[in-house]
Amino acid sequence: MSQSHLTLVHNSDAAPHDLPLSERGPAPVSNVVGYGFWLFLLSDIIIFAALFAAYAVLSGSTADGPGGAQIFDKDHVFLETLFLLASSVTCGFGGLAVQRNDLRPSIFWLVATFFLGACFLVLEVSEFASLVTSGDGPTKSAFLSAFFILVGTHGLHVSVGMLWLVVMLAQILTLGFKPMVRRRLFCFSLFWHALDIVWIGVFTIVYLGAHQ
Amino acid sequence: MSDLSEAQGQAPGVNEHSRPDGRSYLIGLAFALVLTTASFWASSSDLIYGPALPVLLAVLAIAQMGVHLVFFLHISSAPDQTNNFLALAFGIFVVGLIVFGSMLIMSNLNHAMVSMDQLMDMQR
Repeated sequence: MSQSHLTLVHNSDAAPHDLPLSERGPAPVSNVVGYGFWLFLLSDIIIFAALFAAYAVLSGSTADGPGGAQIFDKDHVFLETLFLLASSVTCGFGGLAVQRNDLRPSIFWLVATFFLGACFLVLEVSEFASLVTSGDGPTKSAFLSAFFILVGTHGLHVSVGMLWLVVMLAQILTLGFKPMVRRRLFCFSLFWHALDIVWIGVFTIVYLGAHQ
Repeated sequence: MSDLSEAQGQAPGVNEHSRPDGRSYLIGLAFALVLTTASFWASSSDLIYGPALPVLLAVLAIAQMGVHLVFFLHISSAPDQTNNFLALAFGIFVVGLIVFGSMLIMSNLNHAMVSMDQLMDMQR
C-alpha cells in the first residue's frame, strides 16, 4: 500500500519528459483547468456559429427595410476593431505581469484592458441606439433581428468579461497572486482573446460582407 | 511544496522553455493590424475584382484568426497541448458543419420552394 503510494508521488513529482504520456501521472491542476475552460470556449464559439448561420441565411431577408450596406458605417467598425485588438494585447501584457508577480503593471494593464473594452462597448451601444431611434430596430426585418442577436450576443460577452475583470482586480488586491487567482486570470485572458476571434468573424461577415 | 504551487500558477502548456514574452503579443498585434487594415481596405476599394472579394475577405479573416490563436492564445501542436489541439480541431469541424450545412440546406430549400406567384396560379 505505502509502496504504491510512494511510486505514485514519485511519478507525479518528477514529471520526466522521457516517460510516455500515459505513465506521467495526473496532469498539473493548471493544465486541467486550462483544458476545461478551453472546452467551454469552444462550445461558446459553437453558439456563435449557430448565430452566424442564422445571420448568413437571413441577411437577404430585409422585408423592404434597409440592407446592411445602407446602415453600417465601416469607419465606426474599424475603430471598434482597433479598441478590441488593443484590449487583447493589454490583456496579454497583464497576464505576463501577473506571471512575474508584478503588482503595479498587472493592475495597470488590466485596468487598460477594462477601459478599452468599455470604449468598444460604448461604440457598439451607440450604433445600436442610432439604429433603433431611426426605426431600424430588431423588429424591422429578419435581417435586423439576426444582426442584433449576433452582434448583441458578442457585446453581452464583452460586458460579462468586463464584470469578470472587475472581480479579478478586486481579488488581486485582496488575495494577492495566489495560484487560484492566477488560474482565474488565465481563464479570463483565454475568454478575452476568444471574444476577439469571434469579432473577426463578425466584422468580416456582417460589416464587410454586407449586401450592396 | 513551493515547487508545487509554482507549477500550479503556470499557464497550461507553458513551461520555462517556452514561456511567452511580450514580443509574442507585439508580433501578433502587428500581423493583426496589417490583416484588419487589408480587409477593411479591400472591402471599400475598387481595385479588387468584385466577385473575388468574399473569398479574399474569408482568407484574410481566417489568417487573422490563426494569428490570434498562435500569438495571443498560444495554441501549438506541442506534445503537452495535444488535447487542446484536438478539441480545437473538433470545434472547427462542428462550426463548419453548422454554418455551411445551414447555408446549403436553406439555399436548397429556397431553390426548391414554389414561389408565391406560382402558388397563386395553382389555386386558380
